Amino acid sequence: MFENLLKYQDQMWQSIGETFVMVGISAGAAVLLGLPLGTILYFCRKGQLYENKTLSLVLNSIVNVVRSFPFLLLVVALIPFTRFLVGTAIGTMAATVPLSIVAIAYYSRLVEQSLLEVPKGTIEAALSMGASKAGLIFKFLYVEARSGLVLGLTASTISFISFSTVMGVVGGGGVGDFAIRYGYQRFETEVMVYAILVMILLVQIIQFAGSTLARLLDKR
Amino acid sequence: MDKVSLEVRAGAIHGIIGASGAGKSTLLRLINLLERPDAGTVTLDGRLLTEMPEKLLRKERQKIGMIFQQFNLVGNATVSRNVAIPLELAGAPRSGRMERVRECLQFVGLESKADQYPAQLSGGQRQRVAIARALANSPKLLLCDEPTSALDPGTTADILGVLQHINDVLGVTVVIVTHELDVVRRICTDVSVMEGGRIVDSFSRGDGGFLAPEGHAGSYRERITGKAGEVHV
Repeated sequence: MFENLLKYQDQMWQSIGETFVMVGISAGAAVLLGLPLGTILYFCRKGQLYENKTLSLVLNSIVNVVRSFPFLLLVVALIPFTRFLVGTAIGTMAATVPLSIVAIAYYSRLVEQSLLEVPKGTIEAALSMGASKAGLIFKFLYVEARSGLVLGLTASTISFISFSTVMGVVGGGGVGDFAIRYGYQRFETEVMVYAILVMILLVQIIQFAGSTLARLLDKR
Repeated sequence: MDKVSLEVRAGAIHGIIGASGAGKSTLLRLINLLERPDAGTVTLDGRLLTEMPEKLLRKERQKIGMIFQQFNLVGNATVSRNVAIPLELAGAPRSGRMERVRECLQFVGLESKADQYPAQLSGGQRQRVAIARALANSPKLLLCDEPTSALDPGTTADILGVLQHINDVLGVTVVIVTHELDVVRRICTDVSVMEGGRIVDSFSRGDGGFLAPEGHAGSYRERITGKAGEVHV
């Protein structure tokens, strides 16, 4: 049984690497673009500081459409865009494009929710001190919402791992693809079980790290 | 709110009293334009705030302290960090900031709590931090929105003492919105009474002193001064 696992060790490590690349880049995209998008969603909402019906409607529609797409179809639908962006529609880097787009939409919603939990009084205090937009966002909103933002990113990252398992269809590789190709399709059940255990472990580590960090950051 | 005209004397402790829903808090927020009036003007030291572009208004707000019923501190920031934030917003040089934070905390008697978080403090201590934060940029005007309404009587006296001290020592003009008569009787020099979005009465301590803090029936004026009087707004 173990010789099978040894036999595929190289492929296993490679697929773990691919998963890290796909999940890492999409988590990066979530922070770099999902965080600002979520902040805009928050500010434009009805009753918020920069209420803007039109912008709110447009952005909400986009986020909802992306999130309601069956992921596999989104991957296919985005092929031309992916090819335009990274030059090819196949491989691990190409796989990061649809993953990142889902990541941005997904995390922006969680950012919006976290920011909504910041008490209105805190925002009022910030404005009374003459805070600029940047001051309000970085010295008040993100500071007060930071544990929610970390928990949201943790939850998102775990879903990205799940999304990344189907990236085999565009040659993205990853642990999920490894489990299907070597374990399931070759009837080597122990390889499949092993790959699934690796994924469970990965999810546990991320959740533990995220929860711990969020707890340490929360001084309220 | 309709046809309200309020003039606050420099150096005064001006109370705005009335039942809840009378528009007191709205009136207070009109002073630093957290609420924009549909019509009318707000003037501070001869400068017309209502005509100012956003950027200049922010500069003015940095020079107007404000404290709140629920303190509104940043819970994830230490006490000293909370006091430092307005200095950062005003672009105070980094080198002097910590010194100024220490001064402000010393003024409210909370130096020893500098590294704690608001959640570790009592209500009265949190309000002191909020006061220190409001004083950081050396304001000439301090706006107080029900500053003692979330506090017990002993702590209320404490906080009122701090506000009085700020007025005496630093010469800061204080505007206090409250529904508590005792607050007005204890420290206010001038009073405006609000009802249904209008100022229906105003008088000052100079008109004959205020009563000792105890219950009384009648109008706000009678309950504060012990005398009925003609209403002059």
